[in-house]
Amino acid sequence: MRKLIGVPTAFLGTAFGSAHADWTLNMTQGVTQTSQSVYDLHMIIFWVCCAIGVVVFGAMIYSMIYHRKSRGAAAAQFHESTTMELMWTVVPIVILVSMAIPATSTLLAMEDTSDADMTIKVTGVQWKWKYDYVDGEGAGISFLSSLHPEHNAARLLGSGVDVAQFGDEYLRDVDNPLVIPTGKKVRFLLTAADVIHAWWVPDLGWKKDAIPGFVNEAWTQVDEPGVYRGQCAELCGKDHGFMPIVVVAKAPEEYATWVAEQQGAAVDAVASVAREWDQEELVARGEQVYASSCAACHQLNGLGVAPAFPAIAGSAIATGDTAAHIDLVLNGKAGTAMAAYRDILNDADLAAVLTYQRNTWGNAAGIIQPAAVQAAR
Amino acid sequence: MRWVTTTNHKDIGTLYLLFALVMFFVGGAMAMVIRAELFQPGLQVVDPQFFNSMTTVHALVMIFGAVMPAFTGLANWLVPMMIGAPDMALPRLNNFSFWILPFAFTLLLSTFFMDGGGPAGGWTLYPPLSLQMGEGFPFLIFAIHLAGISSIMGSINIVVTVLNMRAPGMTLMKMPLFVWTWLITAYLLIATMPVLAGAVTMLLTDKFAGTSFFSAAGGGDPVMFQHIFWFFGHPEVYILILPAFGIISAIIPTFARKPLFGYSSMVYATASIAFLSFIVWAHHMFTVGMPVVGELFFMYATMMIAVPTGVKVFNWVSTMWKGAMTFETPMLFAVGFIIMFTIGGFSGLMLAIAPADFQYHDTYFVVAHFHYVLVTGAIYSIMAAAYYWLPKWTGNMYDEKLGQIHFWVSTVSVNVLFFPQHFLGLAGMPRRIPDYSVQFTDWNVISSVGGFVFGLSQLLFAYVVIKCIRGGEKVDDQVWEGADGLEWTLSSPPPYHSFTEAPQIK
Repeated sequence: MRKLIGVPTAFLGTAFGSAHADWTLNMTQGVTQTSQSVYDLHMIIFWVCCAIGVVVFGAMIYSMIYHRKSRGAAAAQFHESTTMELMWTVVPIVILVSMAIPATSTLLAMEDTSDADMTIKVTGVQWKWKYDYVDGEGAGISFLSSLHPEHNAARLLGSGVDVAQFGDEYLRDVDNPLVIPTGKKVRFLLTAADVIHAWWVPDLGWKKDAIPGFVNEAWTQVDEPGVYRGQCAELCGKDHGFMPIVVVAKAPEEYATWVAEQQGAAVDAVASVAREWDQEELVARGEQVYASSCAACHQLNGLGVAPAFPAIAGSAIATGDTAAHIDLVLNGKAGTAMAAYRDILNDADLAAVLTYQRNTWGNAAGIIQPAAVQAAR
Repeated sequence: MRWVTTTNHKDIGTLYLLFALVMFFVGGAMAMVIRAELFQPGLQVVDPQFFNSMTTVHALVMIFGAVMPAFTGLANWLVPMMIGAPDMALPRLNNFSFWILPFAFTLLLSTFFMDGGGPAGGWTLYPPLSLQMGEGFPFLIFAIHLAGISSIMGSINIVVTVLNMRAPGMTLMKMPLFVWTWLITAYLLIATMPVLAGAVTMLLTDKFAGTSFFSAAGGGDPVMFQHIFWFFGHPEVYILILPAFGIISAIIPTFARKPLFGYSSMVYATASIAFLSFIVWAHHMFTVGMPVVGELFFMYATMMIAVPTGVKVFNWVSTMWKGAMTFETPMLFAVGFIIMFTIGGFSGLMLAIAPADFQYHDTYFVVAHFHYVLVTGAIYSIMAAAYYWLPKWTGNMYDEKLGQIHFWVSTVSVNVLFFPQHFLGLAGMPRRIPDYSVQFTDWNVISSVGGFVFGLSQLLFAYVVIKCIRGGEKVDDQVWEGADGLEWTLSSPPPYHSFTEAPQIK
């Protein structure tokens, strides 16, 4: 009800040129050449439709006002006219052909992924994104990107949190955004680990499906540094609405700094597999990994949701043989929603989350070292 | 017992129409849940999994349970009366094809009470997601098979009836357009329903028999399902709209008191649309990563559909031009149909432009588009048909005043409901999400308010129909001053067995 009262107020807000994005009517022009040409096509076809609409609806409305029986109109009995039929077949064809020409050239440009400066592999996973920098500056960087934890808590049924506090970033903020350099042609390779997802940032001007077992290509070149937001666009299950995408475009020198930081972290990750970890350290890290990778199905309390998502608390696997536990998480379980985390998490994260599962909610089944996970691969 | 064993086309038509009305309210209730959840950002009413099953089953119920049976019911009532036949050609088959339906939909709805809940992977059933469904999955597939068998049998019946049982002198090019559009629709159904059956059977064996038709891990291809599905799915779209074209082509001339402008071009346009519907399927999947040549082909072919569809709209407008129009409820719904269906056609033309579709695809813009063609298109035509022929069927006039109130409340609210969804889609709101970013709140509030009003106003429709069946001002055989066709030569209501002797056609 409060919102109903808010409606006219918000409307006034827009009328006075509020910077708030509410009451948006039209497609974004975006920040790439592609998004601009898509917007132009959209506007041309929109105005063509409007023009046809004015003619057709105009004729209808004129007719409905003047050719009504109550005004004493007598019905003419004309019908069939080959000239008319030909005219309203040929004229639309001409309009369509003139539309098809710019659409074709835009389409060809959008699908041309050649001569890219760098390549990023995007993998859709229920319900997060994984980014691997395959080639170009930053090659080797790899991380998961999932819904911001605060939003994730707020969006639960009956959370009692007023989501309005997050504003336009609600459900459109992530823990680790994708970072790309400005002024470079970035090629994307899109695929998925489980079901079909679609990667979409409206400001870039396109979306593309991420399909398990197949690799799709797309590209973008952003010239303006900034933060661009989007979300998964293909129904991918329970939390389809909760896998946002955030792209941060940085100027080349800032991008280089970011790459250096990430690669430093990657070196640490390699070193971390070799050394011995203690339980406290593993559990602390495992708790975070669990929250972003496991809790959506198995729940934060480890009790799962029967029957699709079994409980981990007290389960035979999480309290039994370590090899079976490692195997299940590495390779997933065919025919169920349990994904293979082999390519999604690194050894340290896997060891941490396994240890966390084995030592929480009353489980007490010892620790698993990163080296053990590495050996099991 | 009469209703269970009946083989009379009028009884079966009534059964189909009542079943469709019940399903319309079942599907509508699900839409109310959807709009209630989307009224505000954040989750207030249902959890995401249940929300997804609402969108999925809403679509299945509305398409297979409401619109298709309603058209079949109209065909049952009208086709024999329009071509001067005593009944359908295969009356027992007719009984069977109706009585499958209640069982099919009981099965479908029963999945809500099984482990894992109802289907939640979208009505398009894309694998691998649809294969994640719980215990209810085989019941879902069986329900689709049953509904498909019912449609195929109904269609065969219509084809056989139209081709064999026309009164002497009723040549094909003299048939009313409703009969023509249904004849073509029946062929579309016979051609595409088995394709759907094949696709869902492959899903079933992928899930239970270890096949990998749609799993890349076993050498299959998840995109292949989409190609097969939409090879059924796009003709299905025209299955849901061609009979509507037939209804509008009957109503506009009646109330304009003027013959249909271009009868033969209407027939040819219908046939062209049917043909084109088989070669445009992949425009539903521009974003799956097809070769660019494929994208271009499907873009051009899709744009071509605008031509025969335009021919239809221009012909209706020309029929109205210089007529002597009156605006009783059926005419109001028919005019509403032309205007709002055309708006849906415009957004369809926009969606055909592949590069722009990369932005529109899977957003609320698409939701707005297909609800304009299906709600203010298909369903408006069914409402128009109900008001137009109810007096003939029952012998009683419906309550004109309530009918007009129903039209105006529906038309205002349905636009409040669906027009803002264009804006939401363009602003970047994906479809099939239970919760959304705060920036989308305002139009969602408006849309939900429109949705609740539209939903409630349909109770008025049910009331008008029931009131008309129970009694009302008696009507003569002609009913409408400008009506033309064999059904108006019969008494109102028509005898239980009509045209036991074939009428003579001039």
